[in-house]
Amino acid sequence: MGAGDPAETFRQEAQELIEQLEQALLDLEQTPSDRDLVDSAFRALHTIKGSGAMFGFEVMAAFTHHVESAFDQVRKGKLQASPPLVALALEAQDIIKSMILEPDIDNSSREKALLDELSKLVSAEGETAKNGAPAAEAVSAPSQAQRWRINFSLARDALVMGVNPLLLLDELRSLGHCTVTALTDLIPPLAEIEAEGSYLRWDVVLTTDVPRSVIEDVFIFVQDDADLSISLTDLPGEGRLGEILVDRCAVSRQVVEELVAARPPLGEMLVEAGRVAPEVVKSALAEQKHLIREQVDSAKEAKSSASIRVPAERLDELMDRVGELVIVQARLKQLASSNGGAQFKAVAEEMERLISELRDTTMTIRMVPIGSLFSRFRRLVHDLGRDLDKKVSLVTSGEETELDKTVIERLNDPLVHLIRNSIDHGVEGAAERLAAGKSGEGEVRLEAYHSGAQVVISVKDDGRGLDRGRIQAKAEENGLIPPGAKLPDDELFQLIFQPGFSTAKEVTNVSGRGVGMDVVKRGIEDLRGTVDIGLRSGGGTEVTVRLPLTLAIIDGLLVRVGMGRYVIPLPTVEECVELSPQDDLRSTGRSFLSIRGELVPFVRLRDLFASPLPPDPYQKVVIVSLGDSRVGLVVDQVIGDHQTVIKSLSKLHSSIKAFSGATILGDGSVALILDVEHLIEWVMEQSDVALLEAGE
Amino acid sequence: MSKNILSVDDSASIRQMVKMTLAGAGYGVVEACDGADALGKARVNSVNMVVTDLNMPNMDGLSLIRELRKLPEYRGVPIIFLTTESDDEKKKEAKAAGATGWITKPFKQDQLLAVVKKVIG
Repeated sequence: MGAGDPAETFRQEAQELIEQLEQALLDLEQTPSDRDLVDSAFRALHTIKGSGAMFGFEVMAAFTHHVESAFDQVRKGKLQASPPLVALALEAQDIIKSMILEPDIDNSSREKALLDELSKLVSAEGETAKNGAPAAEAVSAPSQAQRWRINFSLARDALVMGVNPLLLLDELRSLGHCTVTALTDLIPPLAEIEAEGSYLRWDVVLTTDVPRSVIEDVFIFVQDDADLSISLTDLPGEGRLGEILVDRCAVSRQVVEELVAARPPLGEMLVEAGRVAPEVVKSALAEQKHLIREQVDSAKEAKSSASIRVPAERLDELMDRVGELVIVQARLKQLASSNGGAQFKAVAEEMERLISELRDTTMTIRMVPIGSLFSRFRRLVHDLGRDLDKKVSLVTSGEETELDKTVIERLNDPLVHLIRNSIDHGVEGAAERLAAGKSGEGEVRLEAYHSGAQVVISVKDDGRGLDRGRIQAKAEENGLIPPGAKLPDDELFQLIFQPGFSTAKEVTNVSGRGVGMDVVKRGIEDLRGTVDIGLRSGGGTEVTVRLPLTLAIIDGLLVRVGMGRYVIPLPTVEECVELSPQDDLRSTGRSFLSIRGELVPFVRLRDLFASPLPPDPYQKVVIVSLGDSRVGLVVDQVIGDHQTVIKSLSKLHSSIKAFSGATILGDGSVALILDVEHLIEWVMEQSDVALLEAGE
Repeated sequence: MSKNILSVDDSASIRQMVKMTLAGAGYGVVEACDGADALGKARVNSVNMVVTDLNMPNMDGLSLIRELRKLPEYRGVPIIFLTTESDDEKKKEAKAAGATGWITKPFKQDQLLAVVKKVIG
């Protein structure tokens, strides 16, 4: 069914329902005790009422409600489908029909008369209208933030019933400042666990200004079977553990005070003394942390965070060390899993966790907000405007977006080029702008934001945009395209990034020497990023730069093709599927795979890398995303996650675009890191060549 | 990947409204006109959530919920039913059959979206 007015569809539908109702009523006149007919009449009335209210027939819905209630009574055996009732219902049906089809006619007197008659027939009891929709809850004026303790556990079968506790917790988090503790004391021994059962309990401390009813609403679907308690706490001060426990009535104040007189830590002692269960202490400690964090937060607001300046080399050194550590850890893991005892494995796992945390922390140390870079460009824009006698303002957003320090430094030159280009080629002089109906002052926008594992930086101007004709002419002149070639906009515009390409009619000292855009492209690609240029919908040019968050370490998916192992950057991986034997056989040459009804092209890496070994019997496909499209890479085996320390390839190999680098695996061997985008580009070029050859 | 929602209702206007609302919010919508139709479509489509009416010909909503919960791939899939009854009996019955939650008719678009967001995020 296409788009259209649902109200119109309802009107047609209502006619059918009314006919169905009429039929049932007429039959009911003959056989008043037929339950099926009563049900049928009731259902029709019920649907007319329910849908009607949704499509703007509220008055009709309210009227129908009364008739429906009468039939509900009949259905429940409290009322007889007597001839007078059926007659009334038939009349009501006429009124309903008129209300839906001829909304302009006033039926109010007929309605009222009929309802009076009806209420005489129906016992007054139970009839008082309980109108469908619950009254909107009066939300009290935003009050002060209060602290709530919420304890809940779900019904054992809740997960099977489609309840997702994570979403409940997320919803609570969206209400205010929230600390969640999962309590594990109800989890039975492994042998008794039902795999789909829900055994966890959660203790939540929530500071929020919403009323209790809003918190209860979070649990609306689960509250009947869940074990839920919500209580207000107004414990002041710094929130000592003992005070929290006393406030929760978990232990008496006297016991706490006696023990405090002895020695800390209090929680442990209470547990040892058998006064409080460990789980209770755990959750009370979480509340304490919540309180402390609240105070820290408010302290932060008062004073900007302290910082230390550290020479950049030291950070780089630290990063190198962490990189080596990650490699050693991978070896340790391999050793542990091949010939380690349980204790050794436990230590190795602990190490893995710590090292991955260390890696993340080190990486965040290197992250710098891009705002520091943006602020440099204000002066640039001002100076350029003066030199070229154009009025231009710079608008920036997303200054807080963080990027690796090295990336930011190496981003300076490309961005300078882009801004120069925008102001020189894009933004017109004041006179020309005014003539074109624009404001005299041009605008260059610099925006940065996160998009998945990438940071996107765009430079937009509101100038004259890109001149197709001139780009085409210039490209033909430089021999980049054959004369008269018709290229789609985006491909044509990409030519701007070719070396030696400049369309500026006259060379200015700002830009136009044709060493701009290719330098930009190379600079960005060195950072493993991409750059695109296009027209803005509202006029003007937009250059979009996409960059990976960091250069040093990535999460990768380790795969095997023949004897070789390769790493696919995890952020690009969407899923892994098995290549079924029939797909395997069917596909020769051009290969497509149906993934949930969508066709996804795939390439066999073993063909690409000319692997001499026979393929594994069951080939796997790693589905990667490339912008909007998806491509499958066929491999022999998917080995698993791998923290990948990127080592760059030697100069000799740096021209191989399909690999962005290499990494050292746990056993000391080397795996190449696939640059998925370039790999696919290369494959497409190859297949174009193959097609051309086949065509000849 | 956008999430797929199976919308089951014998009323075309309700289906139309549900589809309009959910598709507008970026969800994929599969439509079915009664329980039997829905069960067939549920078997061949991968569905992240089901929104079903209760009163329908062929197979009503309660039976549909029970049948779906018997399928291993529908254990854990949220099922929301539409109900006009403020009648708690019906709600209890549907929940006992395996429903996750409900929406009271008449509902507005944003109410529907709020419930969908609540159960599949």
